[in-house]
Amino acid sequence: MKEVLRVKKPGVLTTVQDLGRPHAIAAGVPPGGAMDRFAHRAANLLVANDETAATLECTLSGPELVALEPCIIAVTGADLDPRVNGEPEPTWTGLFLSQGDELSFAGRRHGGRAYIAVAGGIAADKWLGSMSTNLMTKRGGMHGRQLLSGDVISAAIEAHAPAISGRHLAPNLRPDYNDHTLHAIAGPHIRRLGADGRKQLFSSEYRISRDADRMGYRLEGPKLDASGDELLSFGLAAGALQVPRSGQPILLMADHQTAGGYPVVATVASAAMPVAAQLLPGDILTFAEVSLESARKLRADQRAALDSLKSWRSVR
Amino acid sequence: MPPPRSTTKVRTHPLGDAALLAELGTRLDTALNTRAIALANALKRRRDVRQAVAGYASVTVHFDPDQTTHDALAAAIQRLASKRPPMAEPGRLHRIPVVYDGPDLEAVAAVLGLIPAQIAAIHSKPIYRVFLVGFVPGWAYLGPLPEELELPRRHVPRTQVPAGSVAIAGRQSGIYPLPTPGGWHLIGRTPVKLFLPDADPPCLFRAGDRVKFFASRA
Repeated sequence: MKEVLRVKKPGVLTTVQDLGRPHAIAAGVPPGGAMDRFAHRAANLLVANDETAATLECTLSGPELVALEPCIIAVTGADLDPRVNGEPEPTWTGLFLSQGDELSFAGRRHGGRAYIAVAGGIAADKWLGSMSTNLMTKRGGMHGRQLLSGDVISAAIEAHAPAISGRHLAPNLRPDYNDHTLHAIAGPHIRRLGADGRKQLFSSEYRISRDADRMGYRLEGPKLDASGDELLSFGLAAGALQVPRSGQPILLMADHQTAGGYPVVATVASAAMPVAAQLLPGDILTFAEVSLESARKLRADQRAALDSLKSWRSVR
Repeated sequence: MPPPRSTTKVRTHPLGDAALLAELGTRLDTALNTRAIALANALKRRRDVRQAVAGYASVTVHFDPDQTTHDALAAAIQRLASKRPPMAEPGRLHRIPVVYDGPDLEAVAAVLGLIPAQIAAIHSKPIYRVFLVGFVPGWAYLGPLPEELELPRRHVPRTQVPAGSVAIAGRQSGIYPLPTPGGWHLIGRTPVKLFLPDADPPCLFRAGDRVKFFASRA
């Protein structure tokens, strides 16, 4: 392990995340992991890491980090206007930092969560097979908490080859974060809405309320009536859209509760979760119904975009 | 006695493009729950399944969409569910001491027309089944609660329930493993730790386990 970055300022909420602990849901532990898996994976591939390596998830504002060693980093996801020594730098691009260089962020331009990958991957506490930070149980990542000033970030492995900076993901291969249409698949209890309710769900605008975090987003908009017999509790998944008695739906995100008894009327397609992950309170979204087949196609397209970064690696 | 051969069809519904919900029934029923746990265990052994979580009468299956499809997995579930399930092992028995002095004990007793000591006696009489582990880390839905103690949830949930609180709602009982918000009636407390962060799995109870409460002084 090599110390690579020192945290000068932590930002509003910066946590270590990887692809989570999907196995732990059977014990009631949220699966966790990066909210925007596409940005997380791309950041890693841009610095020649494995996609499963840990990155920093920066919510709303970015941290200020000082390079303790020369290193390659990449910033993806939300555009928080990254700077190196005050000079603007591109997102979705491998950047070289010399010892003493400072990475900072001038301010949010769009999106809610940026990801910072470091060549070699970030070393952090592993809990139940994952380095993802779980704030509720205070486990994983940087000792189970968000980053604080003075923290030192180490690389998990010494980058095997001096990764080349300047590697780039073309804009047409990135998710369109400005299009807040969330593709969703009809859920187990869709019929409770009736034909009118279903039409309403897939045609109305919903706004993210202030009650929105890594566990889920409470949405404001036309009320949905999914009433009926009380359901026996069942296992849940990220992307599930629950309708409690209030009729205001809740979209479950990475740190979601693992079981519940509210009707699930739709589930956001995995390919649309990166866009969902970038939404913030006040943002307007719509749900567009897609078939399982279309959801698979969207997923395959995203996979191909990420794989284009891998083939780059094999050519080198 | 082996569980009866199932005849009902399992209904599967997409839960997005990487998970599905397989419903075995809609009743709170030990036999259905036994089948759900057996089905979840069988599914966990498949390479294309990342995790399978038993609900009361359902299984939520998280799968790798690069390795299988909803339809292929649904067909496999149908085949597995039509087979005679393996004989269920009796779940481990946990004996849990409870101090019956919860903040809702008096109110619960008053609503039910009982005295607090009767609440303790009725609550600690049965051997409960762990129907489902989930919601928050270490939480387990225990049941069935004797009918005499059946109550709807509190109108106004508490914003913070202390860890170790023993609670009831509907035909269920549970123990809050972590300080969390909660809408159940708090009738007692236990020093037993339900959430074990340094163990794997990090929880004391597993689906299918049995739980016996006993009254304790402190």
